[in-house]
Amino acid sequence: MASAPRAQFVTLAALVVAIGCGGGKPQEASAKSNTAARPLQLAQAPEDPATAQPSGSAAITGRVAFSGAPPAAERVKMDADPQCALQHTDAVHKPEVVVNANGTLKHVFVYVQQGLEGKSFAAPASAATLNQHGCMYEPHVFGVQVGQELSIVNSDATLHNVNCKATKSKPFNLAQPTKGMKTSKQFAAPEIMVKCVCNVHPWMAAYIGVVAHPYFAVTGDEGTFSLAGLPAGTYTVAAWHEKYGEQTQTVTVGDGETGSVAFEFKAQ
Amino acid sequence: MTQSPSLLRRYVFSTDHKIIGIQFLFTSLAMLLIGGALAMLMRWQLGWPSQPLSWMGQLAPNGMPGGVMVPEYYNMLFTMHGSVMIFFGIIPILVGAFGNYLIPLKIGAPDMAFPRLNMVSYWLMWPAIVIMFLGFFLEGGAAAAGWTSYAPLSVTLGPGQTCWVVSLLFVGTSSIMGSINYITTVINHRAPGMTFFRMPMSIWALFITAIMVLCATPALASSLVMLLLDKTLGTSFFMPSGLIVDGVALAHSGGQPILWQHLFWFYSHPAVYIMILPAMGMISDILPTFARKPLFGYHSMVYAIAAIAVLGFIVWAHHMFVSGMNPALGTSFMVATMVIAVPTGVKIFNWLATLWRGSIRMTVPMAHACAFVAMFLIGGLTGIFLASMPVDMYVHDTYFIVGHLHYVLFGGSLFGAFAGLTYWFPKMFGRMMSERVGKLHLLLTLIFFNGVMFPMFLLGINGMPRRIYDWSQYAHLAHLGPLNRLMSLSAFLLFASQLLFIGNFFWSLFKGKQAPANPWEATTLEWTAAPSPPPHGNFERTPHVYHGPYEYSVPGSSQDWLPQNQAPSDK
Amino acid sequence: MCWARRLVGSSAVRNFKALLLTAYCLVLGADPAWAGSARVWFPDNLSSVGSQVDQMFLVILWITGIIFLLVEGALLWFLIRYRQPANPRAAYVHGCRSAEVIWTVIPAIIVTSLAFASQRVWAHIRGTPPAHQLEVEITAEQFAWNVRYAGPDGRLHTEDDLELINQLHLPVDQVALVHLKSKDVIHSFFVPQFRMKLDAVPGLTGRLWVQPIKPGQVEMVCAELCGLGHYRMRGYVTIESAEAFQSWLEQTRVEQSL
Repeated sequence: MASAPRAQFVTLAALVVAIGCGGGKPQEASAKSNTAARPLQLAQAPEDPATAQPSGSAAITGRVAFSGAPPAAERVKMDADPQCALQHTDAVHKPEVVVNANGTLKHVFVYVQQGLEGKSFAAPASAATLNQHGCMYEPHVFGVQVGQELSIVNSDATLHNVNCKATKSKPFNLAQPTKGMKTSKQFAAPEIMVKCVCNVHPWMAAYIGVVAHPYFAVTGDEGTFSLAGLPAGTYTVAAWHEKYGEQTQTVTVGDGETGSVAFEFKAQ
Repeated sequence: MTQSPSLLRRYVFSTDHKIIGIQFLFTSLAMLLIGGALAMLMRWQLGWPSQPLSWMGQLAPNGMPGGVMVPEYYNMLFTMHGSVMIFFGIIPILVGAFGNYLIPLKIGAPDMAFPRLNMVSYWLMWPAIVIMFLGFFLEGGAAAAGWTSYAPLSVTLGPGQTCWVVSLLFVGTSSIMGSINYITTVINHRAPGMTFFRMPMSIWALFITAIMVLCATPALASSLVMLLLDKTLGTSFFMPSGLIVDGVALAHSGGQPILWQHLFWFYSHPAVYIMILPAMGMISDILPTFARKPLFGYHSMVYAIAAIAVLGFIVWAHHMFVSGMNPALGTSFMVATMVIAVPTGVKIFNWLATLWRGSIRMTVPMAHACAFVAMFLIGGLTGIFLASMPVDMYVHDTYFIVGHLHYVLFGGSLFGAFAGLTYWFPKMFGRMMSERVGKLHLLLTLIFFNGVMFPMFLLGINGMPRRIYDWSQYAHLAHLGPLNRLMSLSAFLLFASQLLFIGNFFWSLFKGKQAPANPWEATTLEWTAAPSPPPHGNFERTPHVYHGPYEYSVPGSSQDWLPQNQAPSDK
Repeated sequence: MCWARRLVGSSAVRNFKALLLTAYCLVLGADPAWAGSARVWFPDNLSSVGSQVDQMFLVILWITGIIFLLVEGALLWFLIRYRQPANPRAAYVHGCRSAEVIWTVIPAIIVTSLAFASQRVWAHIRGTPPAHQLEVEITAEQFAWNVRYAGPDGRLHTEDDLELINQLHLPVDQVALVHLKSKDVIHSFFVPQFRMKLDAVPGLTGRLWVQPIKPGQVEMVCAELCGLGHYRMRGYVTIESAEAFQSWLEQTRVEQSL
């Protein structure tokens, strides 16, 4: 007589757990590092990464030009944290729109958007690094491959929280209270771009391009990029900038050839 | 019912109030141990900020990667420490364990009015416990908004916080069921002659506590439901418009964060009295027994409890003097809070007067009861600082509060629970506990308890906020390292001292001396009318009550106690 | 009463206290250096109302301290004097109406007067603010304090506002009116040296006035749990002369426009 209500009760309890606990959104305090055995969800898992790795000898190079008057960069209020201010003697500005001396635009993420469908690429063994140094992210814009290890390092003697707002992969928000602290993370799905911020130092922002293949680059002080080792084919190449958005161009390259692409962003 | 119920029915799904009380007892003791262990981790971080504890790195790789604690894990620790101690430790041991065990025995009833409801009230604890701890294994970890779970923070946190809300809904349901049962039993099932003013103080306290639970818990339950809706369905009970959390504008509008605080404290301030009144009641039983003297001012003790209970409902906003509510509103709450010191004082003075001209037998339960009076006094007196609004403005949310609440809940409730447990252990299990180990345990607990908790007042005076993962970076706190390490060491030793109690408990359970029916020579029915331990149904025949509960050292009698059920002609 | 003060303040008692604490520390292997130092007490007071708060605290400390000593003393005395061997037969006493009236009425008078005294201080601190010379708006967010000063037009929320993070500057002796807001969750603005605390509640604007009485460099603390960076939500308060404040304001304004 007692077993029936008990069974109902257990079901009810399980139901409430399922409803109640499944409903929340993991927004803060997501401290899972990859040491917790989270299954790696590769978009297309290769059966045998050693042999399935497509490659070629084609390449795409180019530069990202900038025209018009760049907006004035906002000055960073480093005095918000003496540990940050200590590490800078000169004024620091937000690295949003950085125009190089040769008229090119820095911090543009360039990647192959279309043309590699159906091919799968194993994640490289080496880790990408996001360093928090002088209360700035280094690098400010960079790319990682799906499943590649991302090593997040705190080089400052102050708290940084790394709040990466991924939407295709699991977002995370973890705190690194001590200098030298390292945490490893991975992204499970391609996403342009994952923005990471530090809530303790509100000016800090980094953009991570998560791509399913190794063909991506970020423009530096010369404003150029190079995507090498591509299989022959026709590709849509995209250039993404945090303020000016995304542009695409299509280019066809054969084995041993080098295609050239030129992007231009205009001041608004 | 069959002749010999199965073991499962007898010990697991039992409807016998004594078994249920003992189930509550074991569960809550285990929870107190777990809650204490969580506090040890916190004390490690506070004593030696960010120093690695390598073995913990294996146990909690996310919370303490490489053994170094991360701040979000610290937030989970104090949230879970508070919630586990209050909802799974103190309330169940005082109300669940002692309430269930003592009420029928002390009023001369064979069992509770609703034995099945009673059983359900215990078994609802388990889903609550499982769901609460489930948070640790979910993405984002356990609840981390403090045991007060203030909105909007609690609404923005992850699934662990949702588990906290659901878990407390179970606890609340369990409490309401238990309280209905207690109230009905006390009103309807008293033995013949057991008038209200012949009831022992522990029964008065549990009765009034049950009334408080019944009035306050629905407020908690409804606010928990609102919080759950805000979290899962996007309603806006506690969420105002224009919130921008982590750069994202939320769609909520029209809610009021302070409403949560009003509702929460409308439950949780009475809950503080729910956690202390039963202990006060038990102390009022234990002191006369070992002072061999009637309780001083029995009637005023009853009225004092009733006054505390009534006033307890109109002081909740003294937790909110700096919450941003209208500063003029605080005045009435300050006055009510100050006034609550009066009945509390009456109780303390009456306990003292009970000892005056007594003939004191310093047993372990008596020593715990005296420790209760000494420590609860500190908790009560420091409450006066917090009642004063300008002083509260400074010490609110500092370690001063943490010290105050630990003097009330450990110094008060837990010493009271220890006193009750050592006092009724012979009745519950038919064996005596070791007096020598018991006294050593009390002495060490008392020393190390003060070693952890008293410096908290100093930290508060220095302006050290509570719920802080690393205090060492603040200039005005930088000199507090030695004090914090001292507290941490005391905390570890306090925890270790409890092993003595656990050892004594289990050793006595199996190897202790056989207990007679009335080892303490007490007057109340559980000692004078039932064997140790009492059988199912408690009494062979319903006892008849002729006297008040504290007739000790009655002149003209050879024995110095007069059992409640001793007929006047028996003399 | 003066005997009590002399007793508590006497060097013998102080030495005994220090001795006890030192012994306790040594037994636990902790550094006993702090036991003798008087530093573990209130931080410096830098606001015009701080001394009233401290005074209220001390009044309560004295009253509760005396009650504490009396009750604990009586408890110990009774436990020794009326132990069973010393007093084999207890008295048969159920109560004493007059004694109970005394220890109901006297505490009632004490706490009521404490409530009145507290109310006076509270009304001064949190009642109608005096005329102010400066307005500041502080908007808390996870996990920083955004501080806003009016620009040359003297009005808040206009184009020329000065916005800072975690930096609060206040001129000494001037009354500043602080508007307290929050973007996301509840925070609490707490400057221990001002003895002041007020929650920053989203959806509400809290108002608090403060009049610093001497220059100094102190920190503001978040006193209400606000998430993982709560412990690190630290701001810096600089109290300086009116001239230094003005020149800092000018300099920051120039820097911000760079």
